[in-house]
Amino acid sequence: ASAQTYGLGREALPEEVAAWDIDIRPDGLGLPVGSGSVLEGEEVFLQLCASCHGDFAEGAGRWPPLAGGQGSLASDDPLKTIGSYWPYLSTVWDYVHRAMPFGDAQSLSDDEVYAITAFLLYMNDIVLEDDFVLSNENFTDIEMPNADGFYMDDREESPLWGPREVCMTDCAESVEITMRANILDVTPDDAAAREARESGGE
Amino acid sequence: MTDSPHKNGTTRRGFLAGTAVAGAAAITGTVARADAPDPAITEVQPWARYLGEGVDARPYGTPSEHEAHVVRRNVEWLTADPISSVNFTPIHELDGIITPNGLCFERHHGGIAEIDPAQYRLMINGLVDRELIFTLEDIMRFPRENRAYFLECAANSGMEWRGAQLNGCQYTHGMIHNVMYTGVRLRTLLEEAGVQPEGEWLLAEGADASAMTRSIPMEKALDDCMVAFKMNGEALRPEQGYPVRLVVPGWEGNMWVKWLRRLEVGDQPWHHREETSKYTDLFADGRARRFTWEMDAKSIITSPSPQKPISHGPGPMVLTGLAWSGRGTIPRVDVTIDGGINWVEARMDGPSWDKSLHRFYYDFEWDGSPMILQSRAHDSTGYVQPTKDELREVRGENSIYHNNGIQTYAVAADGSVENVEIA
Repeated sequence: ASAQTYGLGREALPEEVAAWDIDIRPDGLGLPVGSGSVLEGEEVFLQLCASCHGDFAEGAGRWPPLAGGQGSLASDDPLKTIGSYWPYLSTVWDYVHRAMPFGDAQSLSDDEVYAITAFLLYMNDIVLEDDFVLSNENFTDIEMPNADGFYMDDREESPLWGPREVCMTDCAESVEITMRANILDVTPDDAAAREARESGGE
Repeated sequence: MTDSPHKNGTTRRGFLAGTAVAGAAAITGTVARADAPDPAITEVQPWARYLGEGVDARPYGTPSEHEAHVVRRNVEWLTADPISSVNFTPIHELDGIITPNGLCFERHHGGIAEIDPAQYRLMINGLVDRELIFTLEDIMRFPRENRAYFLECAANSGMEWRGAQLNGCQYTHGMIHNVMYTGVRLRTLLEEAGVQPEGEWLLAEGADASAMTRSIPMEKALDDCMVAFKMNGEALRPEQGYPVRLVVPGWEGNMWVKWLRRLEVGDQPWHHREETSKYTDLFADGRARRFTWEMDAKSIITSPSPQKPISHGPGPMVLTGLAWSGRGTIPRVDVTIDGGINWVEARMDGPSWDKSLHRFYYDFEWDGSPMILQSRAHDSTGYVQPTKDELREVRGENSIYHNNGIQTYAVAADGSVENVEIA
């Protein structure tokens, strides 16, 4: 803190910090006083969230499922949801509060966010009673099923890490094509682009 | 034009003759003869006859209409809607290492925030001696620096984990851009606030409707991160964070928070949505890496490529591509035209800057037979770009992010090119 300063900017007022510093941490730092029940959460969810995320948080159309998938992470087709994948409940509260509903962010009251979070816990079988009430008091008691599912980046211990000898000549007897993108044929059609180029080039 | 003495004492005529001889020796080509005079020469073209537009016609210039195909493109089926979505830089049409501002790929989570610079504010709060508010004008009064860095989305090439899927490097490798940023060292702003000793993490937050947040270790924040307000000399584009974005050199693009509104100093990471649900890398055993920040060494042949087939037939040709590493520079790229049986070192050209795109070329004579092309980057730490199979051996097929595996293209005798995998 002995570095040169320029005396630019001004001190932030407490009201300003309170307006913007809305983040929540896994240890509960940042949680406001408040509460909400599963049933209250269901009501808000059906009204504001279910059109994209489904009545049971199972997802609608291409929109993200928020429940289900527990036990699927090691399968060929993992379903990563709050219940199956997310390590911390604080992330649910923080993200719903800062960024949802999609298109009307930061419109939910603190109690509504507690209620929605309680409903999502219930839909993910993390709480089993529909009269459960989540509050800033009991928030950090909740343990998420996949809390231990993550570890720090360990690429530097990977066999691919560090300098490696590479082969430059006669590295294989032969090579064979095993997969072609044209067979899948999911690339956007570039015909319009080609037409634009050809007509422009004339 | 008269002959003039050349630097080395030869005449211009002598110099050109010498070059022609050397060229002929190298490629044993014979120059074709036209059957008839070329009307592009023999007929007066409209642009040679009529006057063009004046200097007041194009206050902000745009590319030639003949370049209308060089645009960002999206892949509709990738995301639920185009608001929280991504598009792709047309790297197959570009050369050199600088991406034009209007072609830099976009990735938004709440659409493009249109910020009035007069209403722009940057807050620094948390474990600091002074919680501060800066206006844009304030930020522009700090000492500046200029640096070119690549920004690669962590999900670049993510659709290719299970095999060859999208046909074109714009789609498989185009979540990347490389521009010259002008801005202030993040360190300078943090020192203005005075980071307290226990302040080991920084939360960066955007002002858009997704209020994007990421946790950044203080060591990185104080190292080479920038708070940038210009790209390639002009103000940031709205879609790139106007008026201010974070620059996190070498690290996954998600951390380069756009429309930067707040920096909070804390003693622990926040584990927010974009570093738990997203941007964590699931392995086959069901566990996941978190905080995979660096983008490892990677390369891609941009031409020839599926969207850029060989149109000229056998003979001399230019193979070119891009290479980059989040851990340093790229001193070397190897290229193969026979699927990796034999490799040659490509020719690197242009600036070699830390954590910036590098351009490579391989100039050779194509005999017209099918080819299998690959490129393999080496970075300044000695790390060698792995094959996709080597990556999958370690990580399985479901980690979505950080696919830096070697790309393979099959070139047919007619010059068409396809995204393939080989064994």
